[in-house]
Amino acid sequence: MRFFRKKQGIGKAGAGWSLFAGVVSLIYFFPVLWIILTAFKTRTDTLSIPPKFIFTPTFDNFIAVFYRSAASSQDAASTGFELYFFNSIFIAGTSVILALIIGTLASYGFSRHPLRGNDTYLFVILTTRMLPPIIAIIPIFLMFRLSGLSGTYIGIILLYTAFNLPFSIWMIKSFFDEISTDVEDAARMDGSRDRGVFFKICLPQVKAGLAATAVFALILTWNEFLFALLLTGTDTRTVPVQMARTLGGEIGVDWGLLAAIVTIFLIPVFAVTYMLQNHLLRGVTFGTVKK
Amino acid sequence: MASGIQIRQMTKRFGDLVAVNAVDLDIDDGEVLCLLGPSGCGKTTTLRMVAGLEDVSEGEICIDGNRVNDISTPERNVAMAFQFYALYPSITVAENLSYPLHAEQISRAEIKARIASVADKLDLTEVLNRYPSQLAEGEKQRVAVGRAIIRKPSCFLFDEPLSRLDIELRQQMRTKVKEVLAGLSKPTVIVTHDQIEALTMADRIAVMRDGKIEQVATPHDIFAAPSNTFVAGFIGTPGMNLIPSVIEGVSERGELKLNIDGQHVVVDVNAGAMNLPVGAKVTLGVRPRFFETVAESSETTLSGKVDIIEPMGAETLFHVLDGTRELRVVMDRTVRFKEGETIHLEFQPKLTHVFDAQGSLVQ
Repeated sequence: MRFFRKKQGIGKAGAGWSLFAGVVSLIYFFPVLWIILTAFKTRTDTLSIPPKFIFTPTFDNFIAVFYRSAASSQDAASTGFELYFFNSIFIAGTSVILALIIGTLASYGFSRHPLRGNDTYLFVILTTRMLPPIIAIIPIFLMFRLSGLSGTYIGIILLYTAFNLPFSIWMIKSFFDEISTDVEDAARMDGSRDRGVFFKICLPQVKAGLAATAVFALILTWNEFLFALLLTGTDTRTVPVQMARTLGGEIGVDWGLLAAIVTIFLIPVFAVTYMLQNHLLRGVTFGTVKK
Repeated sequence: MASGIQIRQMTKRFGDLVAVNAVDLDIDDGEVLCLLGPSGCGKTTTLRMVAGLEDVSEGEICIDGNRVNDISTPERNVAMAFQFYALYPSITVAENLSYPLHAEQISRAEIKARIASVADKLDLTEVLNRYPSQLAEGEKQRVAVGRAIIRKPSCFLFDEPLSRLDIELRQQMRTKVKEVLAGLSKPTVIVTHDQIEALTMADRIAVMRDGKIEQVATPHDIFAAPSNTFVAGFIGTPGMNLIPSVIEGVSERGELKLNIDGQHVVVDVNAGAMNLPVGAKVTLGVRPRFFETVAESSETTLSGKVDIIEPMGAETLFHVLDGTRELRVVMDRTVRFKEGETIHLEFQPKLTHVFDAQGSLVQ
């Protein structure tokens, strides 16, 4: 990994280009920055024109995410947001891990032991992602209602796993295709059976690819709204759905509250992506440079 | 119980393509056999079948007297060094070396001792804690060899062991590998397309072409008596001159009279060629170093014009045009000819081979 930690500071490109890159990055980062800033603003600051960049920060919005302030009574009622955050993390996490496990096994099979008509199978798998979700939603909704999966963790986790699988299989397969089979042959020569070859030799080599796949799948699942809206119940509702429900209020949209939810919502994906960033870089550039 | 490797009528088909065609080979314990041939001749496939990495379409392989056709690779107890090294990227050199030992039931101390001994033999002691990506090419190659020789398999296989090294390193490693090979008491098969590698390292060489074995012989014999024109042209640098000629008869002194592109030349060759009928088309094989130049043209000389001159250090390579054909002639560097000069070449007696119309050596 040390190869990717280049020296900090102005590199070969020079100050001009570095500044330019900085400006472009800022433009991209601005919406995120603005949301985070808004989360710390009072209602007046949020709506002030011209927009304020310097203000006295407040944590009221964050408190409001979890506790509904009842003006009359002392005991603030919980909004249940802890549950929704837990749901988002649990559902996205489990389905990404499942998709990764199944996807890794499947893609290793597709890569190393091709079936007759291997490409056809792969194509069929991919077609499931070609359907716009809106078309699939009604039959799936009816299926869930009929089978009693509607509103359960297992239902939405299964759905998201299925949702992530085509992408995971295709992506992980490309990593397996990339690594030399010589190394696997060598392990066989050295007395390893198939399981040993897979776990000890193959998996460590596609670590970066798995990390990249995990991040992409996680972001997709984390932000998914449509299926979550229709297929989760009050106990299994995820943050994006609850966020939408927060939008409509008697006194208009509470931008500060919404921004606070989004800010908290950002943290888990941000943390995971940050942890995996070294792998991610290697993952997305895998195979683009000849070894 | 028989020892070594016996290969009988081994054939490999990929669809309609016959990659290896009815190969027979015997390799004894302690013997080094080189499979030599151009790319795509089936030598690596042969090696992979012995290793169990490819199924055998027909025929059988016996190692130490046991038929191994249906024994899977991990159980076959064969060690192999791969062309592209195939080191395990996620573990250190020491772990790479000891990986094959996990299958064997031996103590930790024994493993350590074996790593130390192999590392010492191959100058790897310094790099034991590095990862493969941090190694120089020569070191990777030595780790690959080390991983093969660390255990006690029933045979050793090397796939183009030196092909990825630069020339200087290759020469050093050739000596090193030969030294290591000399210490092995099991049969060893080396695949290579580099004839120098084969000639220097092998006890016997098997020359392959299009999935078939053309000749199996010691390095000396394969150079001195190539069994056909393919082997003759393949072994030796610069390649042997293969000159189409027509037999015109036998001289009183028992020499062969030949018509080479209109020039009538008398050549002293082995007795077998004398039995060929007059008018038979043959190919004369002469190594570039086995010509002598004489001042005057005579009935025993072939004349030609010097075309391109390539100094090679101790020797000089002359491309000589005899009519339309180009001959390669190597002379000591003290011999000087000018471009365009006509020279007269005499064949050294008994060092000239005659191949019949089918390309087989006439003896």
